[in-house]
Amino acid sequence: MIVKDLQKVFSANIREYGMYIALIVIMGIFQWMTGGLFLSSRNIANLFNQSGYVAVLAVGMTLVIVIRQIDLSVGFLAGFLGAIAAIMLVQWHIPVLLVIPMILALGVLAGLITAYPVAKMGIPSFVTSLAGWLIYRGLLLMVTGATGTIIIPDPVFNQIGNGFVPDLFASETFLPGLHKTTLVLGFIALVWFMISETISRRRKESYDFEVLPFYLFVMKLVSLSAIIAAISWIVSGYNGLSWTVVIVLLVVMAYQFLTTKTVLGRHIYAVGGNPEAAELSGISVSKITFLVFGSMGLMTALSGILFAARLKSAMPTAGTLFELDAIAASYIGGVSAAGGVGKVTGALLGTIVYMCLMNGLNLLNTDIALQYVIRGGVLVAAVIFDVTTRQARR
Amino acid sequence: MITPVLEMRRIVKTFPGVKALNDVSFSVSRGEIHCLVGENGAGKSTLMKVLSGLYPHGSYSGEILLEGVPQQFRSISDSTRAGIAVIYQELALVPEMSIYENIFLGHEVRNGMSVDWNETIKRAAEMLRKVRLNINPATKVRDLGVGRQQLVEIAKALSKNVKLLILDEPTAALNEDDCANLFDLLRHLKDEGVTSILISHKLKEVIQIADAVTVLRDGQTVCTLNARSDEISEAVLIKQMVGREISNIYPPRERNHFDETILEIRDWSAYDTNLGRPVLKSVNLRVGKGEIVGIAGLMGSGRTEFARSIFGNPDHYELSGTLFLQGQEQTIRNPKQAISTGIAYATEDRKGNGLILIQDVKQNITIANLREIAKSGTVDANAEVKVATEFKDALNIKTPSVEQTVVNLSGGNQQKVSLAKWLFVKPKVLILDEPTRGIDVGAKYEIYCIMNDLVAEGMSIIMISSELPEILGMSDRIYVVSAGRITGELQAAEANQEIIMQMATS
Repeated sequence: MIVKDLQKVFSANIREYGMYIALIVIMGIFQWMTGGLFLSSRNIANLFNQSGYVAVLAVGMTLVIVIRQIDLSVGFLAGFLGAIAAIMLVQWHIPVLLVIPMILALGVLAGLITAYPVAKMGIPSFVTSLAGWLIYRGLLLMVTGATGTIIIPDPVFNQIGNGFVPDLFASETFLPGLHKTTLVLGFIALVWFMISETISRRRKESYDFEVLPFYLFVMKLVSLSAIIAAISWIVSGYNGLSWTVVIVLLVVMAYQFLTTKTVLGRHIYAVGGNPEAAELSGISVSKITFLVFGSMGLMTALSGILFAARLKSAMPTAGTLFELDAIAASYIGGVSAAGGVGKVTGALLGTIVYMCLMNGLNLLNTDIALQYVIRGGVLVAAVIFDVTTRQARR
Repeated sequence: MITPVLEMRRIVKTFPGVKALNDVSFSVSRGEIHCLVGENGAGKSTLMKVLSGLYPHGSYSGEILLEGVPQQFRSISDSTRAGIAVIYQELALVPEMSIYENIFLGHEVRNGMSVDWNETIKRAAEMLRKVRLNINPATKVRDLGVGRQQLVEIAKALSKNVKLLILDEPTAALNEDDCANLFDLLRHLKDEGVTSILISHKLKEVIQIADAVTVLRDGQTVCTLNARSDEISEAVLIKQMVGREISNIYPPRERNHFDETILEIRDWSAYDTNLGRPVLKSVNLRVGKGEIVGIAGLMGSGRTEFARSIFGNPDHYELSGTLFLQGQEQTIRNPKQAISTGIAYATEDRKGNGLILIQDVKQNITIANLREIAKSGTVDANAEVKVATEFKDALNIKTPSVEQTVVNLSGGNQQKVSLAKWLFVKPKVLILDEPTRGIDVGAKYEIYCIMNDLVAEGMSIIMISSELPEILGMSDRIYVVSAGRITGELQAAEANQEIIMQMATS
């Protein structure tokens, strides 16, 4: 009975659960091979901070792929905008609180420029964004040409990539060495998760929609709560939440809300699912294209800021291959090139899987050449898994 | 007794939760045209997919015998080698390639390592002669009409020495001339020894061409009728298909005078800049409140172009002329504006540009009017389920829940979802382009009833259709379109098929 239920639920959700299982397996292997180093608080904090700039790009990229487009320009655009931020701070002495919104606005503008030929003339985004890739690479070299790497001395700016949320409940006696604010936030997240799952289940039941059998629902709640608790515990062991993680979580929450709850989100998925039907349903495909590329530009600017802040500098090579990391993370996260399918939470998960792989292989001192081969293998395996499970459900 | 060309014995095919074919037996004699009829979801297409190897041997139970020899097709190429060719409703030609390349695609004529193009063209010309298509084999398939493309498909099948030709809804997209031509060809091929299986919803055609008819219902064989010994009539077939008698194909409606004008179009012309030719030439048209206006015309006459040009002109034709809605002149720049001024358009191609197949029923129903169920940009999930469930019940959409993905519904139910979507925007004028294409008799009747209810409530409907009986049965007034012009306007009472065809070909 239980086995049968499990089988049914599992086969219906294999795509979603598959990613979690892959993540757990990858983490387990690295934990074992590194002798416990991988899941140490310090390494996890490092891993999350490393993932930030890819995660925000993957979130933006997922929506771009959902509407059947691609944006190759984001890597060097992120590098270029990071360099502009550095120049504004170092050479023009503009205050950091002005620099950040200006960079974000420039990102949006760049996204809209990439979108223009796509939305208005039907030119493939592969081409326009490839042109962007070349142009921003050139611009990045131009602005850093005179100085080379620009060191950013601004402490506020650098906090974004390296700082941690201060502990409001610091105490030397109660749970010493743990970041109490992180634990409190983790607890709040856990409670919120349980309540929202319960409400959603009630609602579905009231419409007679299919729901998990009750004991499986409880099992799901318990296991996911355990994961949230474990993550908060590990993170609290080393300085607690970093600002990067806070920013990424806010971005993911905002996009999750946008894509699942709003009219705009539904229009985006409609355009991805069938652009012609969407147009004939009164949705302006060109408007949605501008919007999604604009959001991609915003995320690119954010990524550039996160990366420059993390390195406390702007480099002529910043942004190299970011676009491909983001695309790989999106595909591992379950986005479909055929359009209309792909979740923001998937993008986050895909990023974590991808970055775990990089981080773990680095810990093991794997040869960089071999790392590329392994990353390629995982990417293609993830997509094959995705496609076959999709067909199986038909 | 002579061995039949094809015998399928006790075929059972199950999908998760559904028995699509339940013990179907089906036998076709040599040199006959055998029609396979049944409502949507009766199992016709599934049966043909089993036969063609698309569902490989082992995924179903039962036996397939070809000329008495048991077969185990694992793929389409297996069945092709055995001499079976299936021509689907959606044609499988490469538009950018020439006719001869298409005909020999996948079994190219070789000369050593390379393709022998001269021989290919020679043989292609021969095949085209067989299907009586007098055209240069170097023509690109893109430049052919649907009717001719179908002939190319048949030529392709003939080039593989086909014994058994299966045609799935071959006439759905054809006009009457092309239909007649196709049937002529099938009879001719029959004399040459090619056996055909024809899946069709158009019972008139079935009666006209079939040597034998097998009726499927709910995954089971109901009966096989033989043209020589049994009576084959529409009434008989419908009774067997639905298991009940439908006395009226078109539900009755009270017909009034429609004095109050809702939509008026004057001197409406459209020029297609991509094709570089006019598609509509000074069209004048009027629609009254509560009226069903039929638009008849052949494929390519400008019917669909007309509908799209008034529905916000998504093809960006250069337009001239005026459009009045309830006496107010309107300039409509895009479909969004069309919807908000009160015009809705359900497309002829519900799978291609009507529905979002990968989304569920409720999402498809609400997509054109999400604002109605949204508060400050956030969709109210409860309201959405409520609205969708109301339409599901009102239009009798057969689906386990409104969370079902639309791709899993039958054609008739998809069409109802498409209707629901447009009813939810509460239009004043609803344009239905081929509202019953490819759906079964029962679902057709339901759609007609829905249309009657809508006009009774004061909505106006413009119905575009290739099926003249439908135009005659449902319209209050009929416009006939030919080559972008309105060539006639008829009251329903004074119209008949001959008059319309005359106007449509003038």
